[in-house]
Amino acid sequence: MNATAALDATDTDTSTSRAASEFERERVPESELKGPSAFWGMYAGEHTAGTEFMIGPLFVAWGASAAGLVFGLFLGNLLAVLTWRYLTAVIACDERLTLYYKMEKIAGRNLVAIYNLANGLLFCFLAGSMITVSATAVGPLFPAGAIEMPTFDSTMPTGPAWIVSCIVIGAAMTLVALKGYGVIAQMGHYAAPWMFFVFLACACVTLGKLDTLDVWQLLTPPPGTEQKISFLGIVFFSWFCNAAMHIGMADLSVLRFARKPTAGWASASGMFLGHYVAWICAALLLVYWVRAHGVDPTKGKDPGTMVDDAVGWAGLICVIIAGWTTANPTIYRAGLAFQGMLPGISRTTATLMAGALCIAAGIFPAFAMNLLSFVGLYGTVLAPVGAIIVVDHFLAERLGIPRDPAEHAGSTFNVNVLLAWLIPVAVALYCYQVHHVFASYLPLPCALACGFLYYLLSKWSSGRATAART
Amino acid sequence: MRTIATCLGLAALAGTIVPAVLFMLHAVPLDTVKSIMLLSTIVWFAAAPFWMKVA
Repeated sequence: MNATAALDATDTDTSTSRAASEFERERVPESELKGPSAFWGMYAGEHTAGTEFMIGPLFVAWGASAAGLVFGLFLGNLLAVLTWRYLTAVIACDERLTLYYKMEKIAGRNLVAIYNLANGLLFCFLAGSMITVSATAVGPLFPAGAIEMPTFDSTMPTGPAWIVSCIVIGAAMTLVALKGYGVIAQMGHYAAPWMFFVFLACACVTLGKLDTLDVWQLLTPPPGTEQKISFLGIVFFSWFCNAAMHIGMADLSVLRFARKPTAGWASASGMFLGHYVAWICAALLLVYWVRAHGVDPTKGKDPGTMVDDAVGWAGLICVIIAGWTTANPTIYRAGLAFQGMLPGISRTTATLMAGALCIAAGIFPAFAMNLLSFVGLYGTVLAPVGAIIVVDHFLAERLGIPRDPAEHAGSTFNVNVLLAWLIPVAVALYCYQVHHVFASYLPLPCALACGFLYYLLSKWSSGRATAART
Repeated sequence: MRTIATCLGLAALAGTIVPAVLFMLHAVPLDTVKSIMLLSTIVWFAAAPFWMKVA
């Protein structure tokens, strides 16, 4: 069976179960397009998340400067929003296809299966770290020491009670993800304004406890602190911590429902509320524990305990819901990835598989505690594929290479895509592992190299095909 | 119904941030902040579905 026949078979299946479908293998019809409010709420909810409680304190642990946090984060987030608006949203509204289906047209079904596996697994690890953060909110509900909380240097589960906490929270998140995009958008929409105010409240209470309003002074690391992340490192981290979503085009799956590409501006709600204000607020929480309780910043303190100490029950609910509203779309995307890999299975089964993997990853704190490096690697592996879509969408006709080549050739495995993807990623992973290059510096050069290689290889192979015909 | 939900929602958001600001200015004790924030959270999630419609 060639690729087209396989697609036709699945399309028939899709049309018979249209009620349960979310247009995974067809263009989103006009009647299903959503207005901008769904995206502003969703982005705000998704990026004002459980992991923000972890990333802010990790900046403190890495000795980030006040200038880096205030100006570096602003610049990096601005660049991220522009990437969403002028790349991801434009392609999403033109194509109206999921990333996986679009990749299938370019790379062929069998290669997409490999990409989907990498994509789904990395999404699961990311959602797993959100489960880890949410599970820290369970600790303060029990007597001190009943559930041992992980610290920044924890890699293994801290005990049976911790494992049970992760399983219960992860199962609840998976059940909501099963309900699909509408429920996810609604939940993020409802929770986002309140969550943002809880982050702000945490910062206000912290300032009150430290009896100062001088945020700049609080964010300035004490003399002698080792600076593991520079100003430029913070810019690149905040630009590419969601590289897989914007430059990597994972958000095609979400923005294909947008009426206009201007919906890409909605990412600003997530970037500036979540990845700017919320990160700084969360950083202040650890600054308080370092200054008032003498906590070692390199070991940190679990978010649940810090938030409970600052604002009580509302904060604990926020930690759980903040993890929930981010993990839900991530589990949903991972489910789509697995469904793309195994088209015969239902979305429900695919989402359950993704949820189970996320829970397993959440039990191990290693992913959440190494989040600054993990999100960089996650972008390095997934973002290059987005560059191939950019070349296919904007440049293919101008450069004289075929659009959607696998679909037109009836191919199930486009070797050009495989080489263009894996060669830069292999070089980048070598640089990270051997030369210890900060992971967030890698997605951009990797994506540029991937796009350029894809063009060269496509040009070369189409020239050979033309020569063979003549 | 929507007007009532909007008023309650706005009050809940205010109840989430204003007590913390007052604590920062040393105007209220922390226990009061925590209690009002919890009450505001409950009110918010009761009111939001009636107020905020996803397009």
